[in-house]
Amino acid sequence: MKLKIFTTLLVAAALALPLAASAGAYELNVPSLTYRTGPYAPNGIPFANGYADYWNLLNERDGGIEGIKINLFECETAYNTQQGVECYENTKGQNGGSLIYQPLSTGITYQLIPKVTEDNIPLFSMGYGRTSAANGKVFPWIFNFPATYWDGATAIMQYVADREGGMDKLKGKKVALVYHNSAYGKEPIRTLEVMAAKYGFELQLLPVDHPGQEQKATWLQVRKDRPDWVLLWGWGVMNQVAIKEAASVRYPMDHFVGIWWSASENDVLPAGDEANGYLAATVHAAGAGFPLHQDIFKFLYDKGKGAGERERVGEVLYNRGVLAAMWTAEAMRNAMKIHKTKEITPAMLRDGFETLKVDEKRLAELGLKGFTYGIEITCANHSGPGKAAIQQWDAKAKQWNIISKFYDRMDEITGPLIEEDSAGFAKESNITPRSCG
Amino acid sequence: MGDFTFFLETTISGLMTGVMYSLVALGFVLIFKASGIFNFAQGVMCLFAALTLVGLMEKFGLPAWLAIIATIGVMIVLAWLIERFVLQYMVSQSPIILFMATIGLAYVLEGVGDLMWGSDVKLLDIGLPQGASDWMLDNFNIYVEKLELVAGVVAAAMVAVLAVFFQKTRIGRALRAVADDHQAALSVGISLRTIWVIVWSVAGIVALVTGIMWGSKSGVQFSLSLIALKALPVLILGGFTSIPGAIVGGLIIGVGEKWAEIYVGSLVGGAIENWFAYVLALMFLLVRPQGLFGEKIIERV
Repeated sequence: MKLKIFTTLLVAAALALPLAASAGAYELNVPSLTYRTGPYAPNGIPFANGYADYWNLLNERDGGIEGIKINLFECETAYNTQQGVECYENTKGQNGGSLIYQPLSTGITYQLIPKVTEDNIPLFSMGYGRTSAANGKVFPWIFNFPATYWDGATAIMQYVADREGGMDKLKGKKVALVYHNSAYGKEPIRTLEVMAAKYGFELQLLPVDHPGQEQKATWLQVRKDRPDWVLLWGWGVMNQVAIKEAASVRYPMDHFVGIWWSASENDVLPAGDEANGYLAATVHAAGAGFPLHQDIFKFLYDKGKGAGERERVGEVLYNRGVLAAMWTAEAMRNAMKIHKTKEITPAMLRDGFETLKVDEKRLAELGLKGFTYGIEITCANHSGPGKAAIQQWDAKAKQWNIISKFYDRMDEITGPLIEEDSAGFAKESNITPRSCG
Repeated sequence: MGDFTFFLETTISGLMTGVMYSLVALGFVLIFKASGIFNFAQGVMCLFAALTLVGLMEKFGLPAWLAIIATIGVMIVLAWLIERFVLQYMVSQSPIILFMATIGLAYVLEGVGDLMWGSDVKLLDIGLPQGASDWMLDNFNIYVEKLELVAGVVAAAMVAVLAVFFQKTRIGRALRAVADDHQAALSVGISLRTIWVIVWSVAGIVALVTGIMWGSKSGVQFSLSLIALKALPVLILGGFTSIPGAIVGGLIIGVGEKWAEIYVGSLVGGAIENWFAYVLALMFLLVRPQGLFGEKIIERV
């Protein structure tokens, strides 16, 4: 009998050994909430590939971050809010706990905000999500740098004003907003309303229902009312149809400006030459001409380890995935430095984000000189500098060119709105804003 | 632009969009009429057909006409496969079982299409005219999409061919017999399996035409399968068994939703056309529960 117990214990111990060993090897767990299927897959795929390639590059080239390997795993959301929440619940405890969430969906972000706040996991909604999460005093776990939708709206309107000859020239102009009828598409409305009241332009709101395959009624109204400018807050097939319809009703492309999510190659290519001159806001450059991309080719694609197709490296949404991963990786490095440990927790990573500084010098070291602008995040400001430039589509060369300076956000417009919206959230969620003294 | 011109333009655009909806609804009607199955997979079949067409053109460099013929071939093989592996086991099952099977089929086709051709947005250019008709714009200041004019002609031609097929041919009569009662049709010597292959092939070809029209408009991508949603109010309104019903229903829904969006939507915040289409369809149901052209089914007890 004793022998039997002894043998059982021995077998159990032998079985437990590899488990113990694997549990001991700390890895940086990075879940990637992707949508490689469903109607928004054409946008989800390049982003997910850029995101994956950056993490894999760090593993292949540098052996991880400060010698710690990254464990990247994907969960499919199909851009469906419910599936996104399920992904979060299923992966948050996986492999000893996930460090960060980036759902690439404003709808999912809204649902995850209370959850990550309770579970103490940082959420980085880069250039999307809830705009007022910019207020770090109310949203300590949410980061939405480098710019929010409200920043984007003020940047676009500054560009429009430049073209018209000054902010005072906006008076009496008509600006139409064609938007995805969802949490995402509705985000800029408040900012634009405040600006319309302040600068005296007329704002026309034209919602388009998901998925946006049929927009005839919208564009008939644009044709009839002939707004001076049309802004586009679309996603997926809605962008392609909008650009085609705009061309059909002969709306001038150089007065048609999209937000950065309405500005990928997918959106303009189906319209062919007619999309030439279409404008869109952006926070980073397109193309694969940066030294970092050469590393991606060398360490991943040359060895058959790339996440996507070689010729699509450098597309707008691919580069956005790279950018999201790069800033997160830098936040991890920062967290390791300030907490003097390589085995960081989600809470430590949050601190890493909150004191993150990636300046031009560091961008150059990373092989991304001129790719984007420098950022500095603080306890109170989670949205960063909020700059955006305008890029224009060249249909002949099939490429985007940045044609304006990077506009600063208009703090006098967005500041009070963020205060008001975040204070409302704090009140309804019973949160006492922390001090960032 | 004058109010009347705008009204006219809205109406014409509505009619044109309606034709595009009718094309989708036609595929549903065909299969329902000939086999009593509500084919949930019809939208995905449009996507699958368009994906195959673009795939053949892009990957194998086939000219458009050859690729279209090859795609028709693929749709016929698909119809045979569906009959061989799904439908033949379901003879005389209740309609809900058959309906469930088509839901499964929709997901399988979606997955296979994705696996074979990827989920990127693909350009579909088989030489159809694009953009607004300059002639109409310059002479009458009315905006009409050229592609939709072509769709109108194609839909009219298709309806004519289908009407002759159903009314005048032996196979057409057999199809109608099968739709009425599987067992009775079998008992008079009609081969249910052949009929099913034929009708699914025809629906596959209709799906290809629909896929080409919608795909030329917005690029071929996954969301093409969602256009099936646009066909549902058309079917409710036009009746599930009537080809003219699909056409007239499409036109009414097309015009109705555009009027609603432009004249009512602007007062209530917009984006009402999607659900307004159903309101319109349900209003018709109050008056004619079987749909505009649907058959009144009298069951004797």
